[in-house]
Amino acid sequence: MVKLLLLMLEASLVSLRIFFLTLLFALPLGLLVARGRMSANKVVSSVVNIYIMIMRGTPLILQLIFVYFAPYYIFGASSGRFTAVIIAYVINYAAYFAEIYRGGIQSISPGQWEAAHVLGFSRSHTYFFIILPQVIRRIIPAMGNEVITLVKDTALAQTIGVAELFRVAQNAAAREFSTMPIFIAGVFYFVMNAVVSRTFDVIEKRLDYYS
Amino acid sequence: MEVLRIEQVRKSFGELEVLKGISVSQNSGEVLSVIGPSGSGKSTLLRCITNLEKIDSGLIQIAGRTLAEGNPATYAPAATLQEIRLSIGLVFQNFNLFPHFSVLRNITEAQVHVLKRSKEEARERSYALLKKMGLEEKAKSYPCQLSGGQQQRVSIARSLALSPALLCFDEPTSALDPELTGDILSVIKELAQEHMTMLVVTHEMSFARDISDRVIFMDEGKVIEQGTPEELFSATREQRTRQFLQRFNA
Ligand SMILES: Nc1ncnc2c1ncn2[C@@H]1O[C@H](COP(=O)(O)OP(=O)(O)OP(=O)(O)O)[C@@H](O)[C@H]1O
Ligand SMILES: [Mg+2]
Repeated sequence: MVKLLLLMLEASLVSLRIFFLTLLFALPLGLLVARGRMSANKVVSSVVNIYIMIMRGTPLILQLIFVYFAPYYIFGASSGRFTAVIIAYVINYAAYFAEIYRGGIQSISPGQWEAAHVLGFSRSHTYFFIILPQVIRRIIPAMGNEVITLVKDTALAQTIGVAELFRVAQNAAAREFSTMPIFIAGVFYFVMNAVVSRTFDVIEKRLDYYS
Repeated sequence: MEVLRIEQVRKSFGELEVLKGISVSQNSGEVLSVIGPSGSGKSTLLRCITNLEKIDSGLIQIAGRTLAEGNPATYAPAATLQEIRLSIGLVFQNFNLFPHFSVLRNITEAQVHVLKRSKEEARERSYALLKKMGLEEKAKSYPCQLSGGQQQRVSIARSLALSPALLCFDEPTSALDPELTGDILSVIKELAQEHMTMLVVTHEMSFARDISDRVIFMDEGKVIEQGTPEELFSATREQRTRQFLQRFNA
């Protein structure tokens, strides 16, 4: 039993790595994608829009398989499994995050940009210190939902053979003819998401000092 | 000294021509009011002066620098645009304070990050302005905790902090409850007595009459008539101005 728990703990570290690496890259990338989506340049905005539609319109599991196997067929070589997982998750989640950012940015009154412009702020100061903090506050609830989904989506990484938590749990269950490992994995995910929820609640409260 | 010079400014939104050859000039220390019916292009004129909208043709000069000139209008290079931006302030109808900044930071932010003043200097100046606005004790509050009148006073302080050569107001009292408008009007009046150069778009006729050195009446994208308050309100020359003013006297 101890050995099983240790094994699963180790596997959950793989899941956590997927989780954090995806956030690390997808959160800023999403911002970039959102900017592209809102670009005045029609070509840029439609290309980005097509990308977002594909990412949101096809299953993540399919994208995962595509990212892992396509380079193999095209170049005759493939990136590592773990790298493929991170790439697939990042480009998928960046699309979802981008749409959330976009909604948030568009909900800020144009008067905020105009006031900043008249006061002489640079575009980047306006964006990072005046607009973005207000956007973040507004999108925290939607982001929370998305991040909780990400925790659960890490289980899909096993599709291309990454030994994350759920894969290890299934293997152990098959080996020991017991559903116990699956149950333990469920507890792991539940605890991870409880932490995520709590974190978002705290952030939401922290930012709740104005209306 | 001439602070503002506008010649033959034209501006269309698509098919709709909103400014049809506007010419106005304003000297340092002068208080100008712009009155006119809704849709006559008053806000658009202010937005063109503050470079929130681009003109199609004509000339705009602010504090001796040319913002835009020609037909079609060409705009000054970015460095000049920035200098011009700093010499002009705009107070919005709905304040547009930054809600996530305290009152104090709303006023210091541009001093520190645009004018590169030291934090201490910016705070000192902000407190002096807040005191002037009667809001010293609100420095640590957030805009949402203030009344509309207080918010508008903060936004005036925010503009004044940058010592603009020209301060524009777009209906500064229109979003306020009637009992709060007096507050703002007396602040502007006080600034007028200090010879702050101001361009005020307003629907408050008695106020315009009271504080202005010159009043401009606009209708359908044109300056119909301008003159001292005496001339415009008591010795009105144009029929259209008279019709407009009658609605306020009724
Ligand atoms: N961004 C825009 N796009 C299209 N039309 C616009 C735009 N801004 C203003 N207009 C039009 O230009 C005309 C003049 O508008 P403007 O806001 O300058 O009038 P105003 O004199 O300030 O009126 P009010 O007293 O109601 O504030 C109006 O017909 C308005 O609908
Ligand atoms: Mg207006």
